[in-house]
Amino acid sequence: MSHLVLEGLGKSYGTAVAVEGLDLSVARGEFISLLGPSGCGKTTTLQMIAGFVPVDRGRILLDGNDLGGVAPNKRGLGIVFQSYALFPHMTVAQNIAFGLEMRGIEKAEREKRTLEAMALVGLKGFEDRYPRRMSGGQQQRVALARALVIRPSLLLLDEPLSNLDAKLREEMQGELRQIQRSIGTTTILVTHDQHEAMALSDRIVVMNKGRVEQIGAPDTVYGTPDTAFVANFLGKTNVLNATGDGSGHVTIEALSVPLAGAGSGPQRIAVRPERLGFAADGAPGFAARITSRVFQGAHWLLTAESAAGPVTLIRHNDGTPVPGEGESVKLSFGPGDAALLAEGAGS
Amino acid sequence: MSPDASARATPYWLTGPALAVFLGLVIIPLGMTVLLAFYDWGQYKGIVAEFTLKNFREIFSDSYFLEVFLRTLRIAVLVTLFAIVIGVPEAYILNRMSPAWRGLCLLAIIGPLLVSVVARTLGWALLLGSNGLVNGALMKLGLIGQPLEFMFTETGVVIALVHVLIPFMILAVWASLQRLDPQIENAALSLGASRLTIWRRVILPQIVPGILSGSIIVFALAASAFASPAIIGGRRLKVAATLAYDEFLNTLNWPLGAAVAVLLLAALVILTVCTNRLVERRYSQVFE
Repeated sequence: MSHLVLEGLGKSYGTAVAVEGLDLSVARGEFISLLGPSGCGKTTTLQMIAGFVPVDRGRILLDGNDLGGVAPNKRGLGIVFQSYALFPHMTVAQNIAFGLEMRGIEKAEREKRTLEAMALVGLKGFEDRYPRRMSGGQQQRVALARALVIRPSLLLLDEPLSNLDAKLREEMQGELRQIQRSIGTTTILVTHDQHEAMALSDRIVVMNKGRVEQIGAPDTVYGTPDTAFVANFLGKTNVLNATGDGSGHVTIEALSVPLAGAGSGPQRIAVRPERLGFAADGAPGFAARITSRVFQGAHWLLTAESAAGPVTLIRHNDGTPVPGEGESVKLSFGPGDAALLAEGAGS
Repeated sequence: MSPDASARATPYWLTGPALAVFLGLVIIPLGMTVLLAFYDWGQYKGIVAEFTLKNFREIFSDSYFLEVFLRTLRIAVLVTLFAIVIGVPEAYILNRMSPAWRGLCLLAIIGPLLVSVVARTLGWALLLGSNGLVNGALMKLGLIGQPLEFMFTETGVVIALVHVLIPFMILAVWASLQRLDPQIENAALSLGASRLTIWRRVILPQIVPGILSGSIIVFALAASAFASPAIIGGRRLKVAATLAYDEFLNTLNWPLGAAVAVLLLAALVILTVCTNRLVERRYSQVFE
């Protein structure tokens, strides 16, 4: 049985639709990311699960129970806020113990679990510090410990890493994933950072304008995006104009590649820059002219003009010569490298 | 003058005008009042410039003065308490309003400060008089048989002072509420706290600085208020400010009036500094 189920979830503010028809089923222990640009409805969705925002349409089921009539302080969910929302007038230990205190857990047990939670997030020895006297990363850990100490059935993370600098963010990503794995709490992360979503989650829910564009494992969503929006939002991509031959192939000039689901007539396909390559001598390809060449250390970034549209290529710096600006080349890609795009909301 | 010396003199020149105003309008008159409090006075000899503790001896030995000072303290404490009890929830509600409504309500709250003190106090006199609107309405409703005495009572003075001083409390508390993390209530809620617990354990401790600064302003202004006690309290219900006024302008005993004023000032300074210290130590973490 699914642990958390969202059924046709919807929310409107006046005439503006924030979330519409969201269906999602989350297994126990799964790490799910809600990914999308600001205003896509991901935070509203999280707030509906937390109970801070009433649900207009649809249902939220946790272990089969409808959360509709359950007040937010009775849901028992752990939440980490973007601003951390720590209690500044309480010490770290008091902050973490607050949820336990609210549950009427006796003092000895409370102290034991608080220390355990602090050890889990690597904050041993900070018991009597006040949050203001701590760095952003440390405050983040306090917020995480405070949310986890109540042993929540669900951990909700609202852009928890966006206030940290890039290096610390990467460190915390690894740590967050490791902590989540070790305690096995079902987790829902809201983020606008595709790298964060891909690095952390079992599955990504890509949202745009209140609707779900695609749900899937990170490599699936990245490799075979359903819509142009997903293709563009998750890293760089090339959207090419190809022609379908009606027998499951798409063609661009001399290049013909099998692609499941391709119809006949004009087709829009996505090919990642790192999957696009130069055609070997005599092999079929499509013509392009290099317009720029930028050296980036580990790889070359090339842009080119072709009949199928402008393209970007990434070539690994493996010692082979790279064509310069203005040179004419033949481009090609393999059968597994292209994804057929549906006309999504963001295209 | 060398350029170096003139550069060093610049701060003094820049602060000079303000310093001169402060010195001339506050420090010198204050010093003269303190000096005056130690002068002698007689019905026929007038003010005599010689050092004596006679005025203070008179104030401390006469129970009339004690009564006036106690009344002043009582009124100021009551006004401050009511301002906290009414003003803090009002500030909280104000903070949660939509901006359009908030602007309107803010205007209503600051309203009393925009009306002249005499007009406002006379308005209260009309409302609270024995034939006034409040008593008339209460009698019509059959809640009371006899008109309640508001005029010339401490109750009336406290009501009028709370009305005019509450904006200071609301604005001070509102300022500290705005510094709160907007997610903090949701955070406490998600941890299982009830609304009441959130108020008591999370919101209130964080707005203590605002309540304290509001209280100091309200207390000081209530203790030194003149117009409202003078009009609503009348001639018999004296407070320290009206007492000093009477000594200066009716009895013409300036040194005694000055002694009353000096004692009022000293009491206010000591009280506010002490409470400030006490609360700041107790809630040191939110005072950063």
